[in-house]
Amino acid sequence: MRYLPLTDADRSGMLAVIGAAAIDDLFSDVPVAARLASPVDLPAHAGELAVERALGRLAARNRAAGAGPFFCGAGAYRHHVPASVDHLIQRSEFLTSYTPYQPEIAQGTLQVLFEFQTQVAALTGLPVANASMYDGSTACAEAVMMAARITRRKKAVLSGGLHPHYAEATRTLAHSAGIETFRLGAAIDAEDAVLAAIDADTACVVVQTPNVFGTVTDISAIAAAAKAAGALTIVVTTEAVSLGLLKSPGEMGADIAVAEGQSIGNGLNFGGPYVGLFACREPLLRQMPGRLCGQTVDAQGRRGFVLTLSTREQHIRRDKATSNICTNSGLCALAFSVHMSLLGGAGLERLARLNHARALTLRSALAAIPGLEILTPRLFNEFAVRLPGRADALVEALARRGVIAGVPFSRLDPDAGMDDVLLVCATETTTAEDIAIFSEALAAEVGT
Amino acid sequence: MSVQSVGRVTRPEPQTGAAPDAPPGSGLLQHEPLIFELDDWDKTGVDFPPPEPNEDLEAIDLAGLTRESAPALPGLSEPETLRHYVRLSQQNHAIDLALYPLGSCTMKHNPRLGEKMARLPGFLDIHPLQPPSTVQGALELMDTLAHWLKTLTGMPAVALTPKAGAHGELCGLLTIRAAHEARGDGRRTVLVPTSAHGTNPATAALAGYQVEEIAQTADGRVDLADLAAKLHDDVAAVMVTNPNTCGLFERDVIEIARLTHAIGAYFYCDGANFNAIVGRVRPGDLGVDAMHINLHKTFSTPHGGGGPGAGPVVLSAALAPYAPTPWVVHGEQGFDLIEQAVGPAREAHGRMCAFHGQMGMYVRALAYMMSHGADGLRQVAEDAVLNANYIKARLSGAMTAAFPDGPCMHEVLFDDRWLDETGITTLDFAKAMIDAGFHPMTMYFPLVVHGAMLIEPTETESRRELDRFCDAMLELASAARDGDVERFKGAPYHAPLRRLDETLAARRPRLRWTP
Repeated sequence: MRYLPLTDADRSGMLAVIGAAAIDDLFSDVPVAARLASPVDLPAHAGELAVERALGRLAARNRAAGAGPFFCGAGAYRHHVPASVDHLIQRSEFLTSYTPYQPEIAQGTLQVLFEFQTQVAALTGLPVANASMYDGSTACAEAVMMAARITRRKKAVLSGGLHPHYAEATRTLAHSAGIETFRLGAAIDAEDAVLAAIDADTACVVVQTPNVFGTVTDISAIAAAAKAAGALTIVVTTEAVSLGLLKSPGEMGADIAVAEGQSIGNGLNFGGPYVGLFACREPLLRQMPGRLCGQTVDAQGRRGFVLTLSTREQHIRRDKATSNICTNSGLCALAFSVHMSLLGGAGLERLARLNHARALTLRSALAAIPGLEILTPRLFNEFAVRLPGRADALVEALARRGVIAGVPFSRLDPDAGMDDVLLVCATETTTAEDIAIFSEALAAEVGT
Repeated sequence: MSVQSVGRVTRPEPQTGAAPDAPPGSGLLQHEPLIFELDDWDKTGVDFPPPEPNEDLEAIDLAGLTRESAPALPGLSEPETLRHYVRLSQQNHAIDLALYPLGSCTMKHNPRLGEKMARLPGFLDIHPLQPPSTVQGALELMDTLAHWLKTLTGMPAVALTPKAGAHGELCGLLTIRAAHEARGDGRRTVLVPTSAHGTNPATAALAGYQVEEIAQTADGRVDLADLAAKLHDDVAAVMVTNPNTCGLFERDVIEIARLTHAIGAYFYCDGANFNAIVGRVRPGDLGVDAMHINLHKTFSTPHGGGGPGAGPVVLSAALAPYAPTPWVVHGEQGFDLIEQAVGPAREAHGRMCAFHGQMGMYVRALAYMMSHGADGLRQVAEDAVLNANYIKARLSGAMTAAFPDGPCMHEVLFDDRWLDETGITTLDFAKAMIDAGFHPMTMYFPLVVHGAMLIEPTETESRRELDRFCDAMLELASAARDGDVERFKGAPYHAPLRRLDETLAARRPRLRWTP
C-alpha cells in the first residue's frame, strides 16, 4: 500500500519492542463482540490508475460550467482563478500544516491570516475581521447569534431579499439558542418591509446586498432605524466581487458584515469548500466568533503574529464560548488572499466593472425577448427574470440544448409563489457568444 | 586548499568560530514584510479580458450606491506575488517536512491523488444549483461516499453536509434534539466527560443544552458509576469520544450505550479518533446513535493551515428521519437531490449550511478510501495504533506515561511528573522540540492530566522517522534531567522567531495592518 511506510519486518520488530505478540493484543480493550474478524464488505485497495479511472468517469458525467453557456449565480459564482493561486495553495507548507498552535514555526500561515483580515476589513469597511468562517451562510448564522448575545434580545428579522439557504441555515442554528427568526416574504425590493418589522424586541436585522434577486440596496435607512431601536444591522454579501464597486457595508452603517468569499480565488466546487468573511465594529470584538490573528513581538522584540483573544473560544471557555468553531477555512482564505493580492484594490474594481457591464449586456439581450420581464431594478452582476411559464421546466429544457440557464427561484424557496422567476448571472467569464446562444435558445423555448 | 582550474576555491577552510548574529532574511530563509509594506503596490497580476464593443466600464447606473474609490489594497505582479507567498510558506512547519505529532489532530500524509481528482473540471467547475440532470456524477459520488461511510461505521444513514468536526457535532445534537422534540420531550441536559475536547461542551451549549460533566476513572475511562448516577430523565444525550482523548478505548462503551438508552437518551460518539479503529470496529456495533467523522483526520483531506474540514455525521435508524437537508436519493431518472423537506421528511431539523456541504473534500476522501480499500483501511488503524504504542514503549523509560498499563490506541499521553524539580515545563519542552526539528505534540490537552503531552504519530510514519523522533525526545529528556535549563527556557533558538508574546497580543489587539 503506497501510503503506508511500515514493512512486515518493521511491524514484527516493533511489536517485539512493545512486548506484544500480535497486533490484536493492541486492540484488547475492544469488547470481543465488536471486533471485526475480517475487512468490511467494500472493495479492496486500488492503484492510482484505477482510482483515477473510476473518479474520472464520475467527473465526466457532470456538465462543467466552462463547457458551454452558463448563467448560474445565486450564492456561488464562476470567476476566473489565476493559475498562480492554485499553485500556491498546493505548497506543502500551506497545504499540509495545521492551525498555527506553535506560532514560532507557523509564521507563514499567521502572516497570511493577518493580511487576510486586513483585506477583509478594507473590503467590508469595518475595522476588525476574523480569520474566516466555514462559508457565508454559517457566518450569517453566527452573526445573528452574536447580535443576540450583545443585545440580549431574542428576535432576528431576516429580509425577504436574503438568500433562502442563508435564512434556513440561520434559523436552524438560532432556533436551538432560543432566538426567533422572522423571515419576511421573498421580495425583489425588500427593504420597506424590513423597516416596518423593526421593533423594541429586535436583536438584529439581516439584509443582503446585492440581494438574492440581484438588487443592489442602500441599507443606510435600515441601519439608522435599527440603531434607533437598539438593534444591530447585519449586512450579507454573497458576491464578494461586488465589494470592489459598491458602497461597503461599513460605509452604509453595518454593525456586522458577513460575506461568501468564494468568488475571489475559489472554484465553484459544487457548493464547498468556501470561505466565510466576517467583520464588525470595534466595540463588538469580544463577542466575535472564530479565530483571530494578532500582531505581537517575540522575545527579541521582532514583530510576529499569534492567534489571539482565545478566551472567547471553545478550548478555553468550553460551554461558555462565543461559538463552537474550532477551525477556520484556512486554505480557502489563502486562495482568497492570494487572488486579492494579484488583483489589488484597483484590479478588483475593474473586475467588478467588467462583471456589471457583462450583466447589463445580458439584461439587454433578455429584455429584447417578448414575454420576458426583467424584475431587478438595480443590479450588479445578476438579476431576476419573469418567464411566461415555470422556470424549472425551462432550465431543464435549455440544459438539453446545452445551456445552463440559471437558477429557478422555486428551487430555493418553493413556497414563495415565484415559480416563474429565473435568477441569471453574468461574470467576466461569460462571453458575448454565450449570451447570443442563450437568448436564441430562450426565445425558441419561450416562443414554442 | 583545492582550487578549480579557473581559480575558484572548492574546499573551504575548516571553521570553528561562532556565527555572527544574522540579520533578518539571512541565508535561504528570506525576511518578508507585510504585503501592505511593499511600497510599490499599485499594479495588478491579472490581465482582464477587454470589454465587449458595446460595453462602457465607466457607465455605472447605480447612483449613490458605489464606492467613492477602489478599496485601498495592494496589487502585485505575478512574480512578486509568488515570491511573497513562497517566502511566507517557508516559515511554516508541515507534514511534508517532518513528523507532526499533534495529538487528536491526525496529521498524516495527504495523498496528492485527491488534489488531482478534486481539480477535474467535472468536480471543481460545477455549480451547486445546476439542474440535477447535469450533475449525475457528482450526486453518484456523494452517494458512493455515503455508502463507504455507512459500511465502515455500521450505521444506516449519514448527513454529509457539516463543514467541520464541530459543525458535525452540532448537526448530531440538533438531530437528537429534533428527535426528542418530535415526541414532545423537552430534555435539557447533555453529559460530557471531563476529558472531552472543548468543542463538545461548546456545541452542547450552542444546541441549547446544559452541560454536566462525567468523572473519569484512574485508568482514564468514563466512570460508569458516576455516569449511572447522573443519568436521569432530563438527559437528552451522552457525548463520549471513543477512542477517548487520553488515547484509550472506552472498554465499557457497550454498557455506556445501554445505560444511555435505558433512560431514553441518545448516545453521541465524537468520531475525531475514528482513525484508530476504522476497519476493525464499527461504531454501530457499540450502540452509537450519532457520530461525526472528520474527513480531514481519518480520511486525510489536507488540514490546509486550519481548514477547510468536513464532518459528515452517521446516524442510527432512530435518528435518521431527523437528519438535515439536503440528501441524495435514487430517483426515477437517476440520482436526485432532496433540498426541501416535504411529506415525512418534514421531521428534518433544517439546513446546516447553504448548498450541499464540502464537495471538494468528498472527492479527496473518496479517493483516499478507494485507494486503501477495505483491507488498507484496516491496516491504517493497525499501523496507527502500532506506531503510537512503539513510541510509548520507547519513551516510557524517560517520560511518565499518564496511563502506563495496557496498550494505547492511535496516540499516547504523557504527563509532566517526569519534569518535576527540573524547573522545565511542558511548554518549555515543546519549544525545545522545535529546535530538534519536530513540531511539538499537543500540549496541556486533555485537561484531566497535568502538563499533558499527547503524541499522535499516525500510520504514515516510517520506523526510521519514528526512531529519529524517539532518539531526539530521549536526548531532550536526558538534557532536561541533567539540568540544562537554558536550552529549554530560551527555546526555540532556531525557528524563524523566538517565543512570541501572547499576553501583549491579547491586551492590545492589533488585528489588521494600519499605515
